[in-house]
Amino acid sequence: MTERERSEEPGDGLSRRGLLGRASAMAVGAAVVSTSSPGAAFASDTAAAVPPAVGEHLVDVRLSVNGRPVRLRADPRWTLLDTLRERLELTGTKKGCDRGQCGACTVHVDGRRVLSCLTLAAAADGSQVRTIEGLADGDELHPMQQAFIDHDGFQCGACTSGQIMSAVALVDEGHAASDDEIREYMSGNICRCSAYPFIVDAVKAASKVMR
Amino acid sequence: MRAYDFAAPRSVRSALDKADAGSAYLAGGTTLVDLMKLEVMTPSRVVDINRLPLRGVSLDREGLHIGALDRMSDVAEHRLVRTHYPVISRALELGASPQLRNMASIGGNLLQRSRCGYFRDLSTPCNKREPGSGCTALEGQNRTHAILGTSDACVATHPSDLAVALIALDAAVHLNGSGGPRTVPLADFYLLPGQTPHLENTLRPGELITGITVPALRWAVNSTYLKIRDRASYEFGLTSAAVALNVRGTTIVEARVAVGGVGTRPWRLHAVEHALAGRPLTAATYEQAAEHATDGARPLRHNAFKIPLLRRTLVRALTELGDAR
Ligand SMILES: Cc1cc2nc3c(=O)[nH]c(=O)nc-3n(C[C@H](O)[C@H](O)[C@H](O)COP(=O)(O)OP(=O)(O)OC[C@H]3O[C@@H](n4cnc5c(N)ncnc54)[C@H](O)[C@@H]3O)c2cc1C
Ligand code: FES
Ligand code: FES
Repeated sequence: MTERERSEEPGDGLSRRGLLGRASAMAVGAAVVSTSSPGAAFASDTAAAVPPAVGEHLVDVRLSVNGRPVRLRADPRWTLLDTLRERLELTGTKKGCDRGQCGACTVHVDGRRVLSCLTLAAAADGSQVRTIEGLADGDELHPMQQAFIDHDGFQCGACTSGQIMSAVALVDEGHAASDDEIREYMSGNICRCSAYPFIVDAVKAASKVMR
Repeated sequence: MRAYDFAAPRSVRSALDKADAGSAYLAGGTTLVDLMKLEVMTPSRVVDINRLPLRGVSLDREGLHIGALDRMSDVAEHRLVRTHYPVISRALELGASPQLRNMASIGGNLLQRSRCGYFRDLSTPCNKREPGSGCTALEGQNRTHAILGTSDACVATHPSDLAVALIALDAAVHLNGSGGPRTVPLADFYLLPGQTPHLENTLRPGELITGITVPALRWAVNSTYLKIRDRASYEFGLTSAAVALNVRGTTIVEARVAVGGVGTRPWRLHAVEHALAGRPLTAATYEQAAEHATDGARPLRHNAFKIPLLRRTLVRALTELGDAR
């Protein structure tokens, strides 16, 4: 783990409050701002430039991230989450627990929602990754993003990009038939602010538009 | 996380060649990556097996075959599984979360490690993680721990829901290693902790799970899985029950019963099955049979509630199945 990654861990210099404060400033903002100019998420115009990795056993990883090809030499320990946030500067995807227990890091890999904190970048080699930054169509928000705004589906925003990525997949999977089904299939996304009722409203509303 | 080298072979042969006693296979990574971060697992090499051709669900005269790399979500929603073995679909659907089920494989599920907080915490003794260091849970927080199959060296619960359903159905695991392929009944696969809780199963070093087979059982169509949790979803079970009933008229001809959340390995209840066989489908039958569920149970300071809870879980599962007919 690099020094930079270490300093991202709650308790390592960053207080919980500080972390949440920072996250709330970024969450919806990052999701919206960077999607309105997709290219800005990457340092260079072609394949994304990433800082050189250190360690003995580096592996070549090729990904398509929100439709853009990315090539990197990765430390096999890097998770997809840290790779997106720290190497590709796509900070819309959030780190909550880093242990598979909260859903904040949810992204789509080859069209399926997964937890990027438990996915190794090396194991994702060759796959198509979609993050919150890849949802909007230019300046037009994805119907699920719009529905979360319209229905107050968040407070601090720390869980929101994960909720939205999960919700988009849920509708595609055909799991939006009833409130109970939405609740069950959104249960992998914890919201500390307990925006749950409004999240269900948002998912219901968006699912009608998405069909 | 400790450093390791990484390989992603494309054939079973080459995966077996790359594996040794210090390596770990990577399937969905939902156990392995978590435990590598915690440094509870510290392999020197990670062998990514996701490119191996170990996928596919099929049904034939022998029974149901599932590949080691099939994902929990795909198997849960598979038409053949849902129709012929609903207990497997339910056990899978009630586990983890949609995201985790999209990642987690069937082979990995059977080999997931303990969720005991002391096993996951390097700063506390744990015989499973560090043989001989002691068991902190014995006198510590043990509300979620086992009441069946425990020893004075380990009281950790086996966490898999799937394994409970499979053990009720007499499933077998197919393995392949340097000694060639072999098949082991799941009932003989998992070990009791005894004095060696770090040995959890009979898998040999470097051996690969290639798939499982669930024997044909026509009346498994009448089966279910009930799981009782601290919250409604995304949580391990405090207690759970996998039940299948073969009913003629209003009489139970034969039953399959296994329970989870209570045993140090997935726990088959032959005594309950015997108590159900030949009896009428009545509340009294369920109550009397469920009495046997906790034969030999040894509660700890915080988990005695699991004794009545397990019996009620079983009665409710049997009632739901009986009523559904
Ligand atoms: C927050 C959370 C909640 C969860 N809740 C539940 C729950 O309610 N119920 C439940 O049953 N499970 C639950 N799980 C556990 C989850 O189901 C397992 O982590 C998962 O099934 C493991 O599968 P995997 O493919 O990700 O395994 P991996 O993490 O890839 O591997 C697990 C272990 O098996 C080995 N391995 C994997 N595949 C093979 C193979 N084919 N041959 C030989 N060795 C192999 C690996 O080396 C490793 O040691 C939960 C997990 C998390 C993180
Ligand atoms: S950060 Fe991945 S599940 Fe919490
Ligand atoms: S909006 Fe604050 S955690 Fe969900």
